[in-house]
Amino acid sequence: MPVRVGIPRYLAYFSYYPWWKTFFEELGFEVITSSPTTKKTLDDGVEEAVNDACIPIKLYHGHVVELKDKVDIIFVPRLVKVRKFFTETFCPKFLALPDLLRASINGLPEILDTRVDLSQGPLELFRISREVGERFGVGLSRISRAYLLACKALRRYKKLMQGGMLADEALQHMEKGGDINRDKKRDLTIAVLGYPYLIYDSFINLDIVKKLRKMGADVVTAEMVSPRSLLREAKRLPKQMFWHYSNRAMHAAYYYMNRKRVDGLIHVTAFICGPDAMLDRLMEIEARQYGQMPFLTVSIDEETGSGGVDTRLEAFIDMLKRRRVQR
Amino acid sequence: MKLTFPHMGYSYVAFKALINELGYEAVVPPEPSKRTMDLGVRYSPEFACIPFKVLMGTFLETIEMGAEMAISSGGVGPCRAGYYGVMHKKILNELGYDFDILIFEPPQSNYLDFIKKLNRVKPRGMSWRVFIQLIKKNYRKLEAIDQIEYLMYRIMPYEINKGDTYRAFKKALNMLDEARTKEEIEDALWEGRKIIARIPQDRSRNPLKIGIVGEIYVVLEPAVNFYIQRTLGEMGVYTDRSIWLTSYTQKNVIVEGRIGEHDIHQMAHPYLNELIGGHGINSIGETVIYANQGYDGMIQLAPFSCLPEIMAKGIMPRVSREVGIPVLTIFIDEQTAAAGVITRLEAFLDLLKRRREQKAQEACNA
Repeated sequence: MPVRVGIPRYLAYFSYYPWWKTFFEELGFEVITSSPTTKKTLDDGVEEAVNDACIPIKLYHGHVVELKDKVDIIFVPRLVKVRKFFTETFCPKFLALPDLLRASINGLPEILDTRVDLSQGPLELFRISREVGERFGVGLSRISRAYLLACKALRRYKKLMQGGMLADEALQHMEKGGDINRDKKRDLTIAVLGYPYLIYDSFINLDIVKKLRKMGADVVTAEMVSPRSLLREAKRLPKQMFWHYSNRAMHAAYYYMNRKRVDGLIHVTAFICGPDAMLDRLMEIEARQYGQMPFLTVSIDEETGSGGVDTRLEAFIDMLKRRRVQR
Repeated sequence: MKLTFPHMGYSYVAFKALINELGYEAVVPPEPSKRTMDLGVRYSPEFACIPFKVLMGTFLETIEMGAEMAISSGGVGPCRAGYYGVMHKKILNELGYDFDILIFEPPQSNYLDFIKKLNRVKPRGMSWRVFIQLIKKNYRKLEAIDQIEYLMYRIMPYEINKGDTYRAFKKALNMLDEARTKEEIEDALWEGRKIIARIPQDRSRNPLKIGIVGEIYVVLEPAVNFYIQRTLGEMGVYTDRSIWLTSYTQKNVIVEGRIGEHDIHQMAHPYLNELIGGHGINSIGETVIYANQGYDGMIQLAPFSCLPEIMAKGIMPRVSREVGIPVLTIFIDEQTAAAGVITRLEAFLDLLKRRREQKAQEACNA
């Protein structure tokens, strides 16, 4: 029986899943992903995780709880840096995640906490892949093949997202194929910014994206901008932030504000998220300075009801429509 | 020009002296109070940590007092403290204040920038040699302040008349405040230590020993942590904290000989194998060290929503179980009230006392 590798469907999953899945499958492992987030995931997570943690961390605990009896290894990479960019790392909660899981959940299978620091050079990812493969006794040629295919899969995934797909649409398209349904243009365009694990997880964000589309607004996200265009916006910050996803969100905000391609900005943030305390205020200030860009913060916590969010979204959209007529 | 700086424990004595000696006018920030907190909370993001809010309030208060520029420290993350400067500036500008904050980043990250900023502070016509001497002299003052404060907490649990030690400390601090030259600082330190060490004591006591770890600002600023070390000291508890502005501990205190960052990280590695910014990894490593030193309990102080310390708190139960030391974590925000903290402290002390008695009993039976 092949080794079963469990991948929690949360946090960096939305950014790197195709890479992980292809790589492990090519190595001959069976990849088991936890099911999409539900109320139960949240409840499990709240029960296990340290109570001061943010919701995303609690949800991740929930996904790990779901996987722990079904798999031999849980893959929780310790993401430190994925690019060389000033002092940027991931949020401290990502850095300590494997240690935190070990301390808070009992009866865990082995945790594969591969340390990922890609600031050292372009060959670093291959070195890490080789380390993982060799640990399970896989030959070098097979590892190289898996590595190349994995990179290819990730490239394709990113391309699809840049073409305007959301994470789940892109993943579905890669697995099942099918047409890319480009639906007709709507009259408003709204940039929904924030961390991938808030924007692409439809349980925790109460399906904001689909709701906005239904209300007649096209949604664009940070992942729909090419990395190069994002980097070009970096110089607008007096000092780069320390957190990878925050920088991406802020750069994307600048991108959409300056190109005037959107009618409004929505920042999705998790209750008590540390970096967001800074990011949210910064976006608000900048949105005001760049020509009064309409800006809405949607904050999510364990008790957020869909009613409240719906009302705020509707009001925001109405405001944008009226603004448009006035012009 | 009127210069100000963040309030952090008793360090203001040294910063004030330095700024005045450079020929500027120092605006000494008031000790963080209810008003500071209210001002800070009003203009800060909701989930910013308490140091951010207090600093915001302090800047607003010092602006009222006429300050034109503040000197503060930066950082390289991933703790949010390194980004404070940028945010404070943006928010104050939005409020319509023309207030500059000069942020000194750690020199290792950018030497040129560091020297440029020093050059901005250095008065025209003063030579670099004199400038550096002034900084060195006042750094010595800072060390002296740390030393008398450290001594105060060591004597406090043995004092016979409650409050004696603190009064002696205040006297010593005043003497340091008045010291001008290098020799005077040394004399004041010598005298101050003597005053504190000579208060009447009952050395037969065997006080509980508690180590204090956590986030630097809430550990160092008594006004924010409800004077926790003094409160405990006056309850007859021996406390030792891991963080001092001049890293006094790491050189002299916790263990005989030198103990550096590296050793602390080594101790933390079985539990936390990554630098997570702030003092997160230190909190873990130092807990292990204190436990090995025979301390009875630990208190972890942290601001509410602090990134590194939440992770440390999550890992702490495992550390506590494996090295056998009870840990009380206190998260502080603008809602935290002194009464609640005191109650928790008393309960914690009861637990430690019982634990000690139990241990003694077991030792007898064995």
